Amino acid sequence: MARVVVDVMLKPEILDPQGQAVQRALPRLGFEGISDVRQGKRFELEVDGPVDDAALARIHDLAESFLANTVIEDFTVKVESEDVVAGAAK
Amino acid sequence: MTARIGVVTFPGSLDDRDTQRAIRVAGAEPVALWHKDKDLKQVDAVVLCGGFSYGDYLRAGAIARFSPVMDTVIEQAKAGLPVLGICNGFQILTEAHLLPGGMLGNDHLHFICRDQKLRVENADTSWTSDYTAGQEIHIPLKNMDGRYVADRRTLDELEAEGRVAFRYLDVNPNGSLNDIAGITNAAGNVVGLMPHPEHAVESLIGTGRTDGLPFFTSILKKLVNA
Repeated sequence: MARVVVDVMLKPEILDPQGQAVQRALPRLGFEGISDVRQGKRFELEVDGPVDDAALARIHDLAESFLANTVIEDFTVKVESEDVVAGAAK
Repeated sequence: MTARIGVVTFPGSLDDRDTQRAIRVAGAEPVALWHKDKDLKQVDAVVLCGGFSYGDYLRAGAIARFSPVMDTVIEQAKAGLPVLGICNGFQILTEAHLLPGGMLGNDHLHFICRDQKLRVENADTSWTSDYTAGQEIHIPLKNMDGRYVADRRTLDELEAEGRVAFRYLDVNPNGSLNDIAGITNAAGNVVGLMPHPEHAVESLIGTGRTDGLPFFTSILKKLVNA
């Protein structure tokens, strides 16, 4: 089994008030020097079987049609190696 | 003979009963539609009402857009079926790409509930013909994700083609671009807006105004005269 990660972010030109609220809280917490924060979504898909080109193409379609609304959001698809998955589970 | 107007209930819909009542007050016959049924029961028009369909998980309207009933609504809307989306219904219409742009969280990050002043910008759609262009109305607004966004090219196109149907007046309550409260498709049969006309159809309740009633009398006249 392998894990495929889909990251979804608002398009850069779209205002992200949640990210701004986080950024404004940082100085109060003693974090200086962070000029901007944008908040997105991360989807972790556990894939049965091999993550070959066909599987990735299907996940890409899923991300484009459902996980992200490409009118307002951008997305990236990446495969996490099985070692990383195993390590993360510990 | 009167018109039969369907109201879809999704899990999490809140305003289906009020919408059915508004349709009845206007003199049409409301028909309950269920999200799992592809069958629209041969209605003459459809209203997608407010609420939090499927909990608004993922994005507001994103899961409702893939429900069985929406397959038929999308197909028939493209063929000319009049469809009105109110609040969550507007969000579903943008997710279904029946209307351009998208809906995001209010810029102030708070839920909002207020009596909202609007200007009717387009009185030529299936759902707005009983208004006059430029008319100012008050109807309730209540939402979390009411910020209308679209890219500059889409906004310019909407403005140039007169497809901004309603605009917020006095205050922009959620950061919507160009103060947009509602839009129409090019054909004028699909209209979506964030404020709630179905909550302003009887003088005894709500704000005491009936400024929302013309939505439902507009579509009734169109269907009966057709």
